[in-house]
Amino acid sequence: MLRLRRAQVTAVEYASPAQPTADSRPRLAWSRRRAELTADDVVAGYGGRMVLHGVSLVLTGGRFVGLVGPNGSGKSTLLRALAGTLPLRKGSVALDGVDLRRISRRDIARRLAVVPQSPALPDTFTALEIVLMGRSPHLGLLESEGDQDLAIAWDALDRTEASHLAHRPVAELSGGERQRVVLARGIAQRPAVMLLDEPTAHLDLHHQAEAMRVVRALCDEGLASLAVFHDLNLAAQFCDELHLIADGAIVASGEPSDVLTDANVRAVYGEGLAVAPHPRNSRPVVLVSRAELE
Amino acid sequence: MWWTGWRSSRGGSILIGSSRLQPRGVTRSAAGQCRSEGGGRSRASPQSAGRRAAALLPLAAALAAALLLALAFGSVAVPIGTTAEIVASRVLGIPTSGVWTSAQETIVLQVRLPRVVLAAVTGASLAMAGAVYQGLFRNPMGDPYLLGVAPGAGLGATIVIVFALVAAVGSAWLLPAAALVGGLAATAVIYLIARVDRRTPVGVLLLAGVALGSLLSATTSLLMLARPERLHYAVMWLFGSFSSAGWTQVALVVPFVVVGAAIVLSLARQLNLMLLDEEQAAFLGANTERLKLLLVVGATLLAAAPVSVAGLIGFVGLIGPHAARLLWSSDSRSLLPASALLGASFLVMADLFARAAFAPSELPVGIVSALCGGPFFLLLLRRRKRSIFGV
Repeated sequence: MLRLRRAQVTAVEYASPAQPTADSRPRLAWSRRRAELTADDVVAGYGGRMVLHGVSLVLTGGRFVGLVGPNGSGKSTLLRALAGTLPLRKGSVALDGVDLRRISRRDIARRLAVVPQSPALPDTFTALEIVLMGRSPHLGLLESEGDQDLAIAWDALDRTEASHLAHRPVAELSGGERQRVVLARGIAQRPAVMLLDEPTAHLDLHHQAEAMRVVRALCDEGLASLAVFHDLNLAAQFCDELHLIADGAIVASGEPSDVLTDANVRAVYGEGLAVAPHPRNSRPVVLVSRAELE
Repeated sequence: MWWTGWRSSRGGSILIGSSRLQPRGVTRSAAGQCRSEGGGRSRASPQSAGRRAAALLPLAAALAAALLLALAFGSVAVPIGTTAEIVASRVLGIPTSGVWTSAQETIVLQVRLPRVVLAAVTGASLAMAGAVYQGLFRNPMGDPYLLGVAPGAGLGATIVIVFALVAAVGSAWLLPAAALVGGLAATAVIYLIARVDRRTPVGVLLLAGVALGSLLSATTSLLMLARPERLHYAVMWLFGSFSSAGWTQVALVVPFVVVGAAIVLSLARQLNLMLLDEEQAAFLGANTERLKLLLVVGATLLAAAPVSVAGLIGFVGLIGPHAARLLWSSDSRSLLPASALLGASFLVMADLFARAAFAPSELPVGIVSALCGGPFFLLLLRRRKRSIFGV
């Protein structure tokens, strides 16, 4: 087989004699150029039924943006439209000013990663092999993953606390473990923009916070990130900015404390909810209130 | 998982398939957890193309042994040493000191070699086509004939046979040409039917294949009933045989197989992405519509060309990839070449049995491959005691 070698960017050698742990391994620098993803008046749906009715938003490097809204409001559909896999009826999505429809899937995947919610994974592949698939858009037609790609995959597994799962076939993993592997695959793509569909689904409280810290840290290094949330409180804690979506349109945008107000939350999710400041950092917390339900 | 226990029973030291990614000095316990043996590297280098190729050497050696056996044995046995010397000196151009009769040379080089080569090429291409369809449709029942190649080629050949068109036209090429055109045309029609709104969903493709396949098979059966006096010839063609194999048949098949193999082997890494699902493959940079079309074109060339000269040979295209997956790796970059080598070895041996077991009369190789391959594969399944696709 023909083997095409790429120039080694920064060779990371893990040849230390003692078994290094995830903590002692050097963390790879992120070093990605920042990018901006913009949606302009997006109208899209499935078949003849439109789900999104004119959505516009801007996602810039360094920002962690949350997308919240009730079931069926169009959150996942918007994610697909932003990823360029859903044909738009009207409007456009652009990456650094270039319409996604004019960029090849491969070039999109080199700069934009999508972390889907509980996706199908082939059972016999190991977690490391799944994560290495994230390197696919960076490889030539006949090229195999090199040392650099492997170092990036291990770094991604370390970041999501999943390196101990590397050699296990994904069929043996729990839902939460699979979710961390898929997040690691997205990180291994080394994107400038990352779209996540409920990245904390199936995760226990520790790993919910951990996954959020991972994405938050990447955003601090320049990643532009947009995540769909069911958990309003998690979104309020970790995001710079929230978009509240209802019936396929954004009804409120801004800082969490401006979006998750009593009035907004009740208008979108219904009565019986109360918003209070978090005891530690005064970000908004949304609580179900029994008295108002009765 | 079916292979965890097997690998761990050997201390995790067998470097095959995905386990080559395992760090050296780390063993895998039965639970699949890694633990350090101390002092080892924690990070293995990845499986490069070179290491993948090296891991296939045992299979290549098995194929070489099968080829030699098939050249030496048959209705008349030529000693294996003599056979090897004939091949070495006349085919490979290596001077040898051996002595053999001209009759032996004729049997090995002119009677058996084209037939053995055709069996090997057929086994390799059918197994690769099966591996592509099993991956593309994420379906363990995938085989090379899934998208109409078999019923299409069968109808084309049956029309020629029942109406005795070869005698009417006066060219022996009419039969393989009709089968080839029938197989390629059936797949093309299925692909066009399944194409909706500039997309071709694999589920629709699969159903269109089943539906059009039934239609074509029924037409074939009807034609056979209409001309019962020609029924025997048509049935013998459908069973598959290499008895008419010569270098002209090999020359007809090889160009299609080379193009088909080049297409699917170069797309092997992208075929891995299709094992996830189409949307994830797109997220990871695959142009899924173009990828599906190219994979179907490649697999169709691989399946239709051998069928046109050898008839319908079942089983090897279904079982070859599964055996390769069980013994080797699910990574398409290893799976495709491993399937090809296994399929070639298997069909060469099946054809040897077909012509040698009851010499001078021959069995149809399609029947032999199912008779020998079925029990072998069931044994393999039982020994793994798990399903092939996951838990």
